[in-house]
Amino acid sequence: MTTTSQSGAAHPAAPSSDRAFLLGLYQRIVLIREFEERVKFLFLEGTMPGTIHQCQGQEATAVGVCAALQAGDYITSTFRGHGHALAKGLSVQELLDELFGATTGCCKGKGGSMHMGNMDKGMVPGIAIVAGGIPLAAGMALAFKLQKKPQVVACFFGDGAVAEGAFHEGVNMAAIWNLPVVLVCENNLYGASTHIGKVMKNPKISDRAASYGFRGETVDGNDVLAVLAAAQRAVEECRAGKGPVLLELLTYRRTGHSRRDACHYQPKDEREAWFARDPITRFAEVLLARPDVMPADLDAIKAKIEAEIQVAVVNAQQAPQPTLANLTEDVFA
Amino acid sequence: MKRQGIAEALRDGIAEEMTRDSSVFCIGEDIGVPGGWGGAFTVTLGLSEKFPGRIIDTPIAELGFTGMAVGAAMMGMRPIADMQYGDFLFLASDQLINNAAKMRYMSGGTIKVPMVMRAPIGATGRGSQHAQSMERYFTGVPGLKVVAVSTAYDAKGILKAAVRDDNPVMIFEHKLLYGSKGARAEPGAVDATSDIPDEDYVVPLDRAVVRREGQHVTILGWLLMAHFAAQAAEQLAKEGIEAEVIDVRSLSPIDYATIGASIRKTGRVLIVEEGPKTGGVSAEIAAGIMEHCGESLQAPVVRVASPDVPVPFSPILENAYRPDVARIVTAARNLTKT
Repeated sequence: MTTTSQSGAAHPAAPSSDRAFLLGLYQRIVLIREFEERVKFLFLEGTMPGTIHQCQGQEATAVGVCAALQAGDYITSTFRGHGHALAKGLSVQELLDELFGATTGCCKGKGGSMHMGNMDKGMVPGIAIVAGGIPLAAGMALAFKLQKKPQVVACFFGDGAVAEGAFHEGVNMAAIWNLPVVLVCENNLYGASTHIGKVMKNPKISDRAASYGFRGETVDGNDVLAVLAAAQRAVEECRAGKGPVLLELLTYRRTGHSRRDACHYQPKDEREAWFARDPITRFAEVLLARPDVMPADLDAIKAKIEAEIQVAVVNAQQAPQPTLANLTEDVFA
Repeated sequence: MKRQGIAEALRDGIAEEMTRDSSVFCIGEDIGVPGGWGGAFTVTLGLSEKFPGRIIDTPIAELGFTGMAVGAAMMGMRPIADMQYGDFLFLASDQLINNAAKMRYMSGGTIKVPMVMRAPIGATGRGSQHAQSMERYFTGVPGLKVVAVSTAYDAKGILKAAVRDDNPVMIFEHKLLYGSKGARAEPGAVDATSDIPDEDYVVPLDRAVVRREGQHVTILGWLLMAHFAAQAAEQLAKEGIEAEVIDVRSLSPIDYATIGASIRKTGRVLIVEEGPKTGGVSAEIAAGIMEHCGESLQAPVVRVASPDVPVPFSPILENAYRPDVARIVTAARNLTKT
């Protein structure tokens, strides 16, 4: 029976009725929320360096997509990548260490918040140039095709990326060569502070797939099971050589674009409407409707996560910092 | 042993690397179309028949195919990307500079990007946008290796070394050096043919080469300017001035060991660059010379470069734009008198 692994990455293809599998998804979503909230606190407290782009409210997109992938599959991410990393199975510790700039971080402290990644776990360091990961992911998929490997790459990007030339170029080439790349657009309605209504004549992003000759789908991105089902369909098609697929996942960012953003551009009624559709509370309702899931089960998951993060924060604050000799290392292979 | 030009030598080098290593492939525009050109300068002519599926013709999408080369390289392939004209590198520069060059560092040394980017440069009667000397824009990017090939021998050996290198390597080629004979030869083309050995060989990516020895003045150049410098040295010799000509060849990193040894001997250096003087590679080399062997200079560094204007079309203006043998001779002669 498929369950979540120790490192936390959900295994694919488990029946969506399986209790352990579903609780694993829930654990992942809550882990991302708690991680992000703790990181936000550490920033406000002033103990964590750098900047942050957080994903509170968008947890179901990362978890649903990554749960549809297998161990050998890859993801590419963006500057808003903490959730993707946790969903793909990177550990809380290696992420926190990275955020504190420690040598034990997933990128030895050389990546930071915007470049989280771990190739051993199938995650390319975040590409923080908007849409920059799309041609890259298409190239990874081209390699899989040339190598005759069955792997798939899921490429995360936001609604803002759709306006970039890199989107068009990468998506077009993925299309003409039927490359195994799941194009995952997390549409949270805003590119930084600009609403999509100002920058798109047709705000339905999934429509764009048809113009390139492949399938697109708009999905409720705050419903983790809907995301999972759509991602499983997309991954299956890609693995069968029928890629790419464009998934537009409708979601909402509960916090600022980056650390100093108070979100004054998000109208109050819009925020309230989306907060009422929060992916965690909605999934909790689904779980609690089952006879075999009790509120205490969910509470226990959250308590365990809080404890894990607490320990990891203490460790990260004491993790080894780079020496000056590290400055000039890792430029060339 | 056979006599070849740069285009043929590159073609053979690519074919031999593709035969040796199945992870090598080519990607670019118009490089493998049956009945087509084999790239704008014939380098990949005939390779698509020899290597089906491994000479990948892309849409006109320089940013896109460069990004795909980076992604494929990260997954264990060894792409050779073909930029039809160097000027188009501006379109691709995000993927080269932000992704290819930084991926290893950002990942804490876990990712390799073994890709090659080939690009032709040079003012050749095509106006301002198919003519620029692009190497200057990449020599200051940590994580990229930048080389410039001026002979067929070097072109093949450096191509092979670049394919086998685990880092992103940019190879700059000059449109007037691909070949001086045949239908695709450019007006004004210079003979850059070499005797190419039958056996496998590589040329290191980090070494300059002394093309001619002399004791009065060192002349540094690369690509077409290395040839013009050698021609200038012939003329200077008739005046009794013995110039040492160095093909800098490796533009990042720059081989200050070879350059410094020459300057310690001659005490005088002239740097010749096709491309605007301001912000050029010659400025970097001049500063590097001061740091490495400035105490050996008996006269200030002199540069011959293009004026700070876009490349013009009119042949009269273009010839005035590009440094020529006469300007090099004059500058070297004056330098030896200081």
